[in-house]
Amino acid sequence: MSDIADRVKKIVVEHLSVEADKVTEKASFIDDLGADSLDQVELVMAFEEEFDVEIPDDAAEGIQTFGDAVSFLTKATA
Amino acid sequence: MFDLNGKRALVTGASGGIGRQIAIALANAGAQVSLSGTRVNVLEETASLIDAKTHILPCNLSDLDAVDQLVPQAIEAMGGVDILINNAGVTRDNIFMRMKNEEWDDVIAINLTAAFRLSRSVLKSMMKQRYGRIIGITSVVGVTGNAGQANYAASKAGLVGMSKSLAAEVASRNITVNTIAPGFIASPMTDELNEKQRDAILAKIPANRLGDAKEVAACALFLASKEAAYVTGHNLNVNGGMAML
Repeated sequence: MSDIADRVKKIVVEHLSVEADKVTEKASFIDDLGADSLDQVELVMAFEEEFDVEIPDDAAEGIQTFGDAVSFLTKATA
Repeated sequence: MFDLNGKRALVTGASGGIGRQIAIALANAGAQVSLSGTRVNVLEETASLIDAKTHILPCNLSDLDAVDQLVPQAIEAMGGVDILINNAGVTRDNIFMRMKNEEWDDVIAINLTAAFRLSRSVLKSMMKQRYGRIIGITSVVGVTGNAGQANYAASKAGLVGMSKSLAAEVASRNITVNTIAPGFIASPMTDELNEKQRDAILAKIPANRLGDAKEVAACALFLASKEAAYVTGHNLNVNGGMAML
């Protein structure tokens, strides 16, 4: 797993208090990991901070799963 | 009684009577305060009444670009914002049938839209720090209505609805959102009323006197305190019994 994926997973695990093995590629923050819409906003804020990028609102809405977050951040930090 | 040491507050309309007293009350309780308003000389006058260091952040709330800059400026000045007081407000009174579009739009923009933008702007850091107090100053007429003030009453009722909705969204993050609805508060404007006008007003107020801006400020201080953590989505009436809602 890439370094980016590791860092994203760490944030998700800490923020949503879920087990690391539940955080799979297709895991949806809301449907599978118990996040509410405010958690999702906070996750995006945490990603912005960790990776020092700005995630615009329309992009943030597209980040529904762990895989979405990793691929967005991989591109954004490339 | 309420200790705000280490807390940072942004007060809009800090040049006006109520805003000034709120700024003073928060500062006296130990908060670091940023004073915003349009008239810099009056803001400086407010600052001179406060012993601690304050920050003066002039802002015209009808200019939405300036509104979006205000919270970042306050964060830069104080290192963060823990308490936002949406106090600024204007009136453009007219009977409904004669009310101009601009009179409606100006009042909604300053009293409601600016409060929305400032609240949204401050939420990011409040969410991160898991603490925040957002307090809007509304008015008794937001609930009762008042002839000649459809725009003002709508803006104040809007602020109440907005605050309750936001309160529900962010309560789990230790952020409270409340409003205070003053009735008739003594001000330079009410000083100009003649005796007959004054008597007509007092006849509607069981307390038989006008309120003091300090009495509104005391309520803001309470709602801003950590002791008020379990009070959210409330609209606190401060009106001498004029309307028991």
